[in-house]
Amino acid sequence: MEAVSINSLSKSFNKGAIQALDAVSFSVQEGELFGLIGPDGAGKTTLFRILTTLLLPDSGEATVYGWDIRTDYQKIRREVGYMPGKFSLYQDLTVEENLSFFASVFGQKLTDNYALIQDIYEQIAPFKDRRAGKLSGGMKQKLALCCALIHRPKLLFLDEPTTGVDAVSRKEFWEMLKKLKAQGMSILVSTPYMDEANLCERIALIQNGKILSIDSPQGIIKQYPTPLYAVKAKNMISLLATLRQQEQLASCYAFGEYHHISFKSQDAQQLQQLQQTLEAAGHQEISMLAIEPSIEDCFIELMH
Amino acid sequence: MEAEKVIQTVDLSKHFGDFIACNAISFEVFKGEIFGFLGANGAGKTTAMKMLCGLSAPSSGKATIAGFDIYKQTEAIKKRIGYMSQKFSLYEDLSVLENIEFFGGIYGLSQQEIKQRGQQLIDQLGLADVAKNMVGSLPLGWKQKLAFSVASLHDPEIIFLDEPTGGVDPVTRRQFWDLIYAASVRGITVFVTTHYMDEAEYCHRVSIMVDGEIKALDTPENLKKQFQVDSMEDVFFELARGAQRLGD
Repeated sequence: MEAVSINSLSKSFNKGAIQALDAVSFSVQEGELFGLIGPDGAGKTTLFRILTTLLLPDSGEATVYGWDIRTDYQKIRREVGYMPGKFSLYQDLTVEENLSFFASVFGQKLTDNYALIQDIYEQIAPFKDRRAGKLSGGMKQKLALCCALIHRPKLLFLDEPTTGVDAVSRKEFWEMLKKLKAQGMSILVSTPYMDEANLCERIALIQNGKILSIDSPQGIIKQYPTPLYAVKAKNMISLLATLRQQEQLASCYAFGEYHHISFKSQDAQQLQQLQQTLEAAGHQEISMLAIEPSIEDCFIELMH
Repeated sequence: MEAEKVIQTVDLSKHFGDFIACNAISFEVFKGEIFGFLGANGAGKTTAMKMLCGLSAPSSGKATIAGFDIYKQTEAIKKRIGYMSQKFSLYEDLSVLENIEFFGGIYGLSQQEIKQRGQQLIDQLGLADVAKNMVGSLPLGWKQKLAFSVASLHDPEIIFLDEPTGGVDPVTRRQFWDLIYAASVRGITVFVTTHYMDEAEYCHRVSIMVDGEIKALDTPENLKKQFQVDSMEDVFFELARGAQRLGD
């Protein structure tokens, strides 16, 4: 059974001035960890709000575990967990009160599914009497995840759970997701961080309400159309300026320690010629190597 | 000749009750430098940045910003710096032009200067067609580029950027860094925080804060050598993994 099935879903705001979703279609398999990767304004939150039955689409169909988002919304709400991008727990209830509240809304006791959240909850348990509004960002995030899980949903919707979170905490959060997946939970997670794509089984790249590509991270990388090279020199800023003047290049973008480039046509001599051009332009300590594209390279390529 | 120091701190600290948010940090930033200010959530970055902008008085220690004292000359400091954050940057329900006029006025520019620099800015960013549109209707990437330009409208000596590229698409993120490079070339010092570790590589020097202290400060290349790792991400992990605090 498909956990989520979306067929040509569209949604606009402001009388059509903003097309938030434009005929989006994809499906999430049961037990799958599926990533929705795209920048702010891509339409990720709108899609989550439609799938969690908080917003109606203009057109198109969607089902969650076979239930229709328009007619079977009560069933869907019972079976999914949703962690919105914006912190949405009760700020003036304590950690423990929030958790009990969300359990009781689903007609359950805190203890019923405690095993599922134990690993995560133990990290915030020392602060169980603190009001949620007084928690640190990292702890709020963990509490929100516990509240979304407390009724043991079949499917977890996580809208940008790692935005604004530092690199170490992001890694920890993804470890938690892996454990939940291992217990059979289906997860649809969105993120603007391209490097997190590799942690998903399949991903959809989304921009301006349109899906650019859907595949496994490796599958998307394999579709990159040309060989890609990384170039480095002593002065990276002026190297970027020189590279941008080279007409034989199809693309040129800064990627941390290196600049990534691709050529318009494939010719064995090109690398050597470029090396000579860069030397002639006064660049020092030049190094070039063929590399495998990252998801971010693919996203940039697909944006054009 | 020694490079001009535009930020200089000695044992700068900030306490909230018995919590030491910022513990005796000492560092210097030079004119035209792109300085990356990294740290885990809750490490004390925001507290430090507020002190450097003259918005929060330190508990102890010394600092000068653009040559002015951080205790006594905060108003002079505010005139010589620009500030931009991811969350609040411009007024969404004012047009592009109105935002420029408003912030130009706040920074004390004359009507003529506002007109002239505003026009320059709109031309540079290619915003002529949308100059009269509400800022709220612009894509996030445009907003952030505009916010950066507005923060540098008064030719500040230092621009503070607090996570300026969070959530921005990969192409616009790189265009944003082109603006940073251009500012640096003009001699403006850029003090920037980010959670993108590739962006740490674009800085001339990077400091990493852990539990209120600066645990490392050097060029990205030297930091990688020092920690014997291949990327700034790994440098960050080496340092931040040992953090005792539970985030902000």
